[in-house]
Amino acid sequence: MTLLTDKPRDHVDPQSTVGSPPEESRAARLTSFEVSDFPVPNGREEEWRFTPVDRLGGVFADEADDVRGDDHPADFDVSGVLDVMGDSLAPGQAPRGTVLVPGDRGAVVASAHCAEALYLKLEAEREYVEPLRVNIHGNGAGRLSSAHYVVEAGHHSKALLILDHTGSADHRGNLEVIVGDGAELTVVTLQRWDDDAIHLGQHDAQVGRDATYKHIAVSLGGSIVRVNSNVRYDGPGGDATLLGVYFADAGQHLEHRSFADHNAPHTKSLVTYKGALQGDGAHTVWVGDVLIRKEAEGIDTYELNRNLVLTDGARADSIPNLEIETGEIAGAGHASSTGRFDDEQLFYLMSRGIDETNARRLVVRGFFADIIAKIGVPEVVDTLMAAIEEELEADMGAAA
Amino acid sequence: MTTLEIRDLHVSVETDTEHKQILRGVDLTINSGETHAIMGPNGSGKSTLAYAVAGHPKYTVTSGTITLDGEDVLAMGVDERAKAGLFLAMQYPVEVPGVTVSNFLRTAKTSIDGEAPKLRTWVKDMKGAMEALRMDPAFAERNVNEGFSGGEKKRHEILQMELLQPKIAVLDETDSGLDVDALKVVAEGVNRVKEQTGLGVMLITHYTRILRYINPDHVHVFVAGKVAESGGPELADRLENEGYDRYVQAAAV
Repeated sequence: MTLLTDKPRDHVDPQSTVGSPPEESRAARLTSFEVSDFPVPNGREEEWRFTPVDRLGGVFADEADDVRGDDHPADFDVSGVLDVMGDSLAPGQAPRGTVLVPGDRGAVVASAHCAEALYLKLEAEREYVEPLRVNIHGNGAGRLSSAHYVVEAGHHSKALLILDHTGSADHRGNLEVIVGDGAELTVVTLQRWDDDAIHLGQHDAQVGRDATYKHIAVSLGGSIVRVNSNVRYDGPGGDATLLGVYFADAGQHLEHRSFADHNAPHTKSLVTYKGALQGDGAHTVWVGDVLIRKEAEGIDTYELNRNLVLTDGARADSIPNLEIETGEIAGAGHASSTGRFDDEQLFYLMSRGIDETNARRLVVRGFFADIIAKIGVPEVVDTLMAAIEEELEADMGAAA
Repeated sequence: MTTLEIRDLHVSVETDTEHKQILRGVDLTINSGETHAIMGPNGSGKSTLAYAVAGHPKYTVTSGTITLDGEDVLAMGVDERAKAGLFLAMQYPVEVPGVTVSNFLRTAKTSIDGEAPKLRTWVKDMKGAMEALRMDPAFAERNVNEGFSGGEKKRHEILQMELLQPKIAVLDETDSGLDVDALKVVAEGVNRVKEQTGLGVMLITHYTRILRYINPDHVHVFVAGKVAESGGPELADRLENEGYDRYVQAAAV
């Protein structure tokens, strides 16, 4: 057994470690379909202490979606998934609810108020060459919108699903994924919201025997975005990769929480989140929980978060939690660091004739290079690179 | 023919609490093709001189001038100095994660020349320069200075100098941390660029050993922030035998 701890130069923002101690065990955390089990958070709860809950009043409401006649709070373009759409699923109608049980207020109201979950059923042993795509477009800031997607990937199927969020809404969306034995499923969730959008999401996956699951969260837009990506296993040999890339601007709150629940032996999880921040009040949060249960012998897990703070006034919180109940593991480690933009790097590059704009661009691109290589979905990589360029241009414009 | 002229240069460094005066009136003229060795004890301000020429923001020029062919270097930004033909081979080059050597060199070359180098000649030039410095071709795909050994970092600095073709180069303790073999390779590189381009060199060093491989035309003893004595190569030999004590004591009086 090897037990890697983080390298000495890695550190957790000391600010982040103050406050209430974590719960006893991640396994003990409440999940329920009952809205009343999750009171509206006041910000003192462990899971909400970084989130500006005072700005989330609307999205927590135990209320139906803001539908005005034919005018819905969000449009769902499902043209990319017509071939695999099953009949929509009501609450309690399996497989809905078999993997995802709401774990917080946002998820429970989403579940309660989404009467018809989009159900995507991927045929066993079939490889879907074209990406499956659902475009979610919010039709107005502050309009309450609830969504629930159920994806069932048949055994040994292979597919890529992209959820692309644009426009604005007070959106709460649940994603429930069943990855069949030996299947390979990649889910990308793009948060390209307008500046005034709010988005809470709980994305739960159950990874079958020897199956491969990749969840990629890309958060660029929105006022407050909080996406929780959780994974557990339905047999040995499952392999989960949870990736995240985010770029927060002034006033933006981008929060990502991941939970790898190693409940089966010989399973793997690799969690990598990287983000950049610029501008006053830009705030990012990453909380990565890993639980290695007693029965999960021979598992391998590594989680990493890196943040690059480009300007003053931005703040990144980063908390890895590793809970180990068995000694028989192949590897378990985590690393977290938050660094400022390095003036020495800038000087070095500029001393080779590279102007400041291009030097900063090189450094930021370089920072994201390894995670972008891990994403491996050209369409998403292109979108992301273009967005990073745009963020950098905006920064240069602001600086000038 | 290019001339770097440093006149009565005073430089202070910003610390948390104060401006600390480091350079106290440096005079130095370096022409194309000339090699000037700047030798001095630790803390004499040699590296400060290098950084001040390159324009590091931590160092403030409080008085004096630096000109390159009459152009005011102090009015130029860091990148503009490089474009004007100045180069600083750093003592401690920094890592740039995620940026490959090849991408970095091409970006720098494009910036210096104002246009992207022609692909075919560029690949050939890069390959040739790397071979000459006995660098593995795989080196080009590594991230800038990440995990480089001391010798690799210095070779990488000289590689940049070969490809960017500056007019005047400041080599800041390029010999430090190199074993004899690496020192020879690096020195050969410097001599090659000098021959090919008529480079003027300011060679900053604590020890004389690099001067066995790179022949200086002028040697300047640097003590307490200025040039204490200038002479020919014979001055280096004297320093080798006598050390800096004589100068340090004189400066302390």
